[in-house]
Amino acid sequence: MTGSLNMIGYGLAAIGPGIGIGLIFAAYINGVARQPEAQSRLQSIAILGFALAEALAIIGIALAFVLN
Amino acid sequence: MSLAAASVVRAAEEFVPPGPSTFDLPPVFSVAGIGVTKPMLQLVLAAILVFGFFYLAVRQRAMVPGRLQYMGEAGYSFVRNSISRDIIGQHDFARYTPYLFALFFFLLLNNWFGSIPFIQFPTFSRASMAYALAGLSWLVYNLAGMSRHGFFGYLKLQCVPANITGPILVLLIPLEFFSNIVVRPVTLALRLFANMFAGHLLVILFAIGGEYLLLEGSLLVKPAGILAWVLFILISFLELLVQFLQAYVFVLLNAMYISGAVADEH
Repeated sequence: MTGSLNMIGYGLAAIGPGIGIGLIFAAYINGVARQPEAQSRLQSIAILGFALAEALAIIGIALAFVLN
Repeated sequence: MSLAAASVVRAAEEFVPPGPSTFDLPPVFSVAGIGVTKPMLQLVLAAILVFGFFYLAVRQRAMVPGRLQYMGEAGYSFVRNSISRDIIGQHDFARYTPYLFALFFFLLLNNWFGSIPFIQFPTFSRASMAYALAGLSWLVYNLAGMSRHGFFGYLKLQCVPANITGPILVLLIPLEFFSNIVVRPVTLALRLFANMFAGHLLVILFAIGGEYLLLEGSLLVKPAGILAWVLFILISFLELLVQFLQAYVFVLLNAMYISGAVADEH
């Protein structure tokens, strides 16, 4: 079996953002459950946090393909 | 070639996993030596479709909207109310709503091209397209800020954090400049590109991997091919969601950048 170690490295690198995104949405769901009327305000904050955490995984996948 | 020879050739056929080269499409036709590829045509098609749909939707301007007008108005008010007005604020949002609105539906359609039958190629899985769109957004939020605060006032707003004095500013100003002016368009483009790229790659992998297992695999492996195709269908639905979400996130971040640029100094 042949392949690039880059992909294993990317898999490891995706753990961090994965945990981060999980924490962000856990907090968001918690907040909405406690105070449903705050949903529209919390939503944009949650999406922003999600986008920032996801950027790390995105940079990882770009580098996994670029570096050989 | 005899039948036996053909089957030997087929058995020797190796599985070729899809890679970045899958996205290098040959030009459909060329104009003056410049090849016009499928994603380029999709950009034009998306622009025409979005314009055509909303033109038809608002042409009647009936007091009691018909079905088409209602859909158009619902789409417009989604961007206007839940993205533009909520983020930029009551005072300034009207100026930037048309840009955000056009951007959202243009992006949404281009992303959904990845799942629409017979097209099935997300336009922004080509990095250059995403860079162009992020460059336009970079110009919009920076020019919006500069026209509000003046050139140096805008740089001060973006680079000097409020309520901080002393030597720490030497460290903070370059960092803030780097993060607010330099990196933003890059992450904006890379996020869109990499999501479309990775999602499409995943769908292709399950489709041709399943086909390979079904056609070339031994009897014991064939069920895995069926499983791969079931996953292929499920992941296609996930992709529809991701494609919508990426268009939403792109426009939402744009609105946040604009709102940060036109915000009053504190």
